[in-house]
Amino acid sequence: MTAQKASSVFRIGNGAGFSGDRVDAPIPVVKTLIESGGPSAMFFEVLGERTVALAQLEKRRNPKRGYEPMLERLLEPILSPCARHGIPIIGNFGAANPAGAARVIAALARKHGLPALKIAWVEGDDIQQSVDLSQHQVYEADASLDADFGPLVSANAYLDSEPMVRALSEGAQVVITGRTGDPSLALAPLIHHFGWTRHDYDKLAAGALTGHLLECGAQVTGGYFYDPGFKDVPDPANIGFPIAEVDEHGGIVITKAANTGGIVNRLTVKEQLLYEIHDPSNYITPDVTIDLTGVTVQQIGDNRVQVSGVRGGPAPVRLKVTACHEGGYLGEGEVTVAGPNCLARAKMAAEVLGQRMKIRGLDVRTRIDLIGVASVHDSDAGTLWHAARGEPAEVRVRLAAAGAREDDVDQAAREVLALLCCGPAGNGGARWRTTARIRTQSYLVPRDAVAVKVHLANASELA
Amino acid sequence: MNTPHSSGGHKAASHGADALVEVPLHAVAHARAGDKGNRLNVSLFPYDESLYDTLADQVTAKRVHQLFAHRGATEVRRYEVRSLAGFNFVIDDVLEGGVNGSLNLDGHGKTNSFLLLSITVKVPRRVVRGG
Repeated sequence: MTAQKASSVFRIGNGAGFSGDRVDAPIPVVKTLIESGGPSAMFFEVLGERTVALAQLEKRRNPKRGYEPMLERLLEPILSPCARHGIPIIGNFGAANPAGAARVIAALARKHGLPALKIAWVEGDDIQQSVDLSQHQVYEADASLDADFGPLVSANAYLDSEPMVRALSEGAQVVITGRTGDPSLALAPLIHHFGWTRHDYDKLAAGALTGHLLECGAQVTGGYFYDPGFKDVPDPANIGFPIAEVDEHGGIVITKAANTGGIVNRLTVKEQLLYEIHDPSNYITPDVTIDLTGVTVQQIGDNRVQVSGVRGGPAPVRLKVTACHEGGYLGEGEVTVAGPNCLARAKMAAEVLGQRMKIRGLDVRTRIDLIGVASVHDSDAGTLWHAARGEPAEVRVRLAAAGAREDDVDQAAREVLALLCCGPAGNGGARWRTTARIRTQSYLVPRDAVAVKVHLANASELA
Repeated sequence: MNTPHSSGGHKAASHGADALVEVPLHAVAHARAGDKGNRLNVSLFPYDESLYDTLADQVTAKRVHQLFAHRGATEVRRYEVRSLAGFNFVIDDVLEGGVNGSLNLDGHGKTNSFLLLSITVKVPRRVVRGG
């Protein structure tokens, strides 16, 4: 890469692809951004579809919480280096409590001698109180889902990049959001840096596509990819998280943190390009509609892949809102049978569990898996394992039960535990648990129904 | 479209290398699955991009629908992204209610990429990857 080109690119590093990602991943990314010398930003994507609802429940228990639980662990090692080198940190780690996350980061900043750190947080995605969702259209992919929901836990709109761009323009060094379009987290610093307008569709598409490629962290650098002998990845225990180099015209190069494991090649990038995409000619984000059908990927160097040809169209008129409701309970019980004739003993245990549900009269919907024979690819009816022959070394029998009444669900799961004394010969290792479930339903809501606020304060003011 | 597309054509590939063999899709292609609600998408890419038309002929939406029929799939659409030599299969109502309603251990359905890779295809021997 020439020096001239190096000076014209903006680098975006990703530090997390979900809540639960490797907490030491951001450190080599930030180190690489600093050594590269040019302008850059870090972003974190930690909000799955249900994560906001779980955070709301946490906030109900403790009003100070309800933000990303790993926030301090993720940010403590990088906050000071980023602040010293002018690298803004952007993340949706606000979850149900962006202001609470801002206070936590402010405390971290003061601890590290950064009382003037400018922290922004975005509010307004939470529309639980302000919008009556029954008046709005259900998102198409959810139309077939069971609409029999419990009480509402959360309802959040996927905001676009505009509030984050505003925060960056006002000098924010850390930008905290709740729900926002995941790709928008990476698009925001690009719009801010290059001054792209809302009509630069192809550039916006390139920026949003950059976010799409990076938002799952290691999934574009050899994570969720290795398949020994077919797709080999060096040092997967130290996979480097991704960095994109984007130029003002929307040119994209995907690479990764220096001196790390993992790999960036055409295969890793192609898999992530279509990840969670439906119609590739019409990928909708809150900022821009993306057409991937002309996209090409080219290996231009070691762990460097150029992505070209993305086209953009106008942003959607309405925003997607995901509502989460209490969804009853899930009980799971498992026990292992091993050694000679274990498949027959496992099938007998499955038969017995089915009879026990009837005998107990429990109001639950159940499914049985024979893990090691057929489970994740099977149907609720056990089509595959019923047909299975042969003799595995061991089989884990799993019962899953769902229902509205916690006690019924828990009693169903405990029937697996009871197999320890009442079950087939040679069973052991029983485990069971019952957890509350969240049901989601998405809607399309007019933009003007969603009122967004951007707050900004110094760390010293957020004591 | 019925004859496998050959990248070299006149190039001197041996008869043995061009002979058709039946192998799991996994030996010639890679895939990744993702979910949204009760809808699954599985992308599919041949390692050797010259195999694209061969897979287009053999890995049809109808065949993928049959593969997921036991899970209650109601519709399968296949999108082609030729610039990436990729297919995207969108499979409706296959996740037993999706991650929030399913009793399946893998409520997201992410392991289904390897269910797709388990079907067999007939391909020239030269494109088969070893294990």
